[in-house]
Amino acid sequence: MNTVIFRTVAPFIVAIMLVFSVYICLRGHNEPGGGFIGGLIAASAIAVLGMSMGAAEARRALRLDPLSFAGLGVLIAALSGLLSIFNGNPFMTSIWLYLNLGETEVPLSTPMIFDIGVYLVVFGTIASVALALEGDDGEAP
Amino acid sequence: MDASIALVAIGPFGAAALAPLVHRIARPFSGWVLALVPTAIFLFLWTLIEPVARAGAVRGVIGWVPSYNLNLSFFVDGLSLTFALTITGIGTLVVLYAGAYLKGHPHLGRFMVFLLAFMGSMLGLVLADNMLALFMFWELTAVTSFLLIGFDHERQAARRGAIQALVVTNIGGMALLVGVILLQQATGLWDLSELQGEAVRGHGLYGVILGCFLIAAFTKSAQFPFHFWLPNAMEAPTPVSAFLHSATMVQAGVYLLARLSPSLGGTEAWTVILVCFGGLTLLWGALGAIRQTDLKQVLAQTTIASLGLLVLLIGLGTPTAIAAMVLYFVAHALYKAALFMAVGAIDHEAGSRDITALSGLADRMPLTFIATAIASAAMIGLPPTLGFFAKEEMYLDLLGSQWSQLVVLVVLVAGNAVLAGVAALVVIKPFLGAPMPTPKTGHEAPIAMLAGPLVLGGVGIVAALLTDWFGHSVLVPAGTAILGNPIESHLTWAINFASPVLWLSAATWALGLVVYRQASAVRTLLRRFEVALGWTADTVFDALMFGLIRFAGVVTRLLHHGRLEMYLVTVFAMLAVAVSVPLFVMGGITPLLPTADLGLWSVKLDWPDLLPYEWGVIVLALVGLGAILTASSRLVAILALGIQGTAVALIFLLFGAPDLAFTQFMVEILSVVILALVMTRLNLDERDRRPFEDLARDGTLALVCGAGVSLLLMVVLSGPFDPRLSEFFTATSVPIAHGANIVNVILVDYRGFDTLGEISVVMAAGIAIMVLLRRRGTASLPPAASQQPKVMP
Repeated sequence: MNTVIFRTVAPFIVAIMLVFSVYICLRGHNEPGGGFIGGLIAASAIAVLGMSMGAAEARRALRLDPLSFAGLGVLIAALSGLLSIFNGNPFMTSIWLYLNLGETEVPLSTPMIFDIGVYLVVFGTIASVALALEGDDGEAP
Repeated sequence: MDASIALVAIGPFGAAALAPLVHRIARPFSGWVLALVPTAIFLFLWTLIEPVARAGAVRGVIGWVPSYNLNLSFFVDGLSLTFALTITGIGTLVVLYAGAYLKGHPHLGRFMVFLLAFMGSMLGLVLADNMLALFMFWELTAVTSFLLIGFDHERQAARRGAIQALVVTNIGGMALLVGVILLQQATGLWDLSELQGEAVRGHGLYGVILGCFLIAAFTKSAQFPFHFWLPNAMEAPTPVSAFLHSATMVQAGVYLLARLSPSLGGTEAWTVILVCFGGLTLLWGALGAIRQTDLKQVLAQTTIASLGLLVLLIGLGTPTAIAAMVLYFVAHALYKAALFMAVGAIDHEAGSRDITALSGLADRMPLTFIATAIASAAMIGLPPTLGFFAKEEMYLDLLGSQWSQLVVLVVLVAGNAVLAGVAALVVIKPFLGAPMPTPKTGHEAPIAMLAGPLVLGGVGIVAALLTDWFGHSVLVPAGTAILGNPIESHLTWAINFASPVLWLSAATWALGLVVYRQASAVRTLLRRFEVALGWTADTVFDALMFGLIRFAGVVTRLLHHGRLEMYLVTVFAMLAVAVSVPLFVMGGITPLLPTADLGLWSVKLDWPDLLPYEWGVIVLALVGLGAILTASSRLVAILALGIQGTAVALIFLLFGAPDLAFTQFMVEILSVVILALVMTRLNLDERDRRPFEDLARDGTLALVCGAGVSLLLMVVLSGPFDPRLSEFFTATSVPIAHGANIVNVILVDYRGFDTLGEISVVMAAGIAIMVLLRRRGTASLPPAASQQPKVMP
């Protein structure tokens, strides 16, 4: 699998997949998509990267241990639910904020932050497993 | 007033949190500094004596879970005040004592944490009004005492004692929880102070509730047959024993019985059970005390006896008996703490606790001797100590003509006589007579260790001399709280020589003298009896525990055999059973069966009306399946599984579930990638060879599961569809959750809490997988290689 063509094309594929995964994640509230699928796509991208460049290289590109993405995700998801407590509402009541940027209106919301948390958890977990299976066993080199 | 009581109950925990810091700063004086906290609480409680004696009870409430009407409520009445004062008063002296006893111990700071937390739990327990709070503090005493008993955790005996105490008292803890919940269900009340006796006694669940509370109290207060953990708890350092035996954990059961006396007590079952078990425990503990030669063990056994006595008195439940119980509780707390501290001082300074190896210490440790003598006098019940009143009062209660009263009276006299003999042993054997050589040259203990026994002994006498004050401020409020009706104090020093009670006391002392003279003969006899019997409650406990471990081993080996293939077989066999039994045995399949005539079969068997590309997808799935079954190598089988999964994803896509299809695609791709990657470490080129039996077994399972799930889905589809949920989500998705993708809206908004749980599980599973992968990495190394020190290049 480690051909020159694959190694050359892989970074482009990975970049496209990652951007696409973010797009899928963010559009999820109104159209097919969401954090879970986005995270799976991003994890596939990392798996591809690992196949082409080796797991150690992919790990270096991530900078953080993949599992810490997962932990961060759970944290973000939980914190997004806590925001509503300051509002006087029960845990995980959604808060919506519409940013008016002249041309368009950008809806920001706690469910979106929550979905980003889901994205990170799925991405981190699957990526860490995939990378560990591909090469090293997750130990720092 | 309100919050300050709650603060008092929680205060020692704050002190516990600060203890390590205090220990680090004020090393040699940490005992003195930390003792300030219980002192302050003691003084605060002291100011409550008058208000409580006058008004009855002082309450304090903190909202706990207001939406369930659940409050963290505390209240102080005569009973809880008596207990709380002994806890903090003796606690102060114990903390002081511990600072000196464990001076220079590397873990003194940790010990203080445990001790103060223990004190806080016990204080909370006696002050709690809310029954759930009571349960919480009850369990906290179990946990903290576990830590204290096992403090010297490098010794096996200490660990065993700690575990035993935890196991036995936790059985009671569970019973207490059940009892509390049942009592709440029966009465609708969480607060102890609001319980109405008649409502509880007349309720259909009374027997069960009573049983639960009795188990709780009996395990905690070491009543027969749960008495065996208490002597083993002696593995704790002496300050713990002094505290545990006098004022705290073992008294919790007595406290609970006393507290529930107005609501649960007074019935025949209550009286008979408490009197019988209490009396049995009294005699058992008293005899056990003679059998021992280790001073701490002797005292531990007498505690069992005293607890039995207290339970017996609560069981009798007359005003005189309750007065005797309060008096005895206070007297016992004072003298038992003093005696334990004195024994600790002997152990500390002379190096031995064995009654037969000590003699003539009075010259070298005069103050310890005086303290021990006063405490023993209280234990024997000699005037002018509180112990004397306690004994008089209980005899007074039983002067009657009924034979049952006589029996109990005989039991009491016998038990008290043996205890008196033991008390004489404790004070005479180590201190008087010709001096014997000891492991350490004994000299007087430091003042911090002497303060406890001397003060407590003194208090026992002073309280007895101030009869009016004691009766008015302690005895009457406490007795009133236990009984539910006002009682009268009749403490007086006007001794009437014509009273039979006094002659009974004299008889007790005389018998005590006989016990003292014959102690070694009785000990030999008892030990011979024990050898002849061959087993004790202690060995039964061990047998039970080892049996439990063996049972766990058998179950583990049976279920956790380590063969992945068999796990899967088990899982799928269970699935097959779970699907087939409701379908075929319980008639779940009837909606699919032709009931009217066979003509329906033609309708059912009609070719479905599908479009050509839909047929294409089905053919693709079938091709994938066929490829899996006939694959020539493992790699091909994995890829074929991917084909089949893709076909399923296409079906989702065609029938209006793009989200699901999307996910399915990604999962298929990832699973093929990951499976293929895993298999790179294995041999991918060949096909599995397996014996025919395995093929038959797995094939049957696959067919049964597949057919079962298919049929199940058909049955589900044949039923009427309830659209309420989907209509709700369709209607509210955009207006409430601002999202048009209903699946996603449900996941992140309506059921966001579920999703949060799920992603936590995903992360936990990821961590578990990583742990397994890393373990495999190290386990595959040869042992020698992994032990070699790593050399960094």
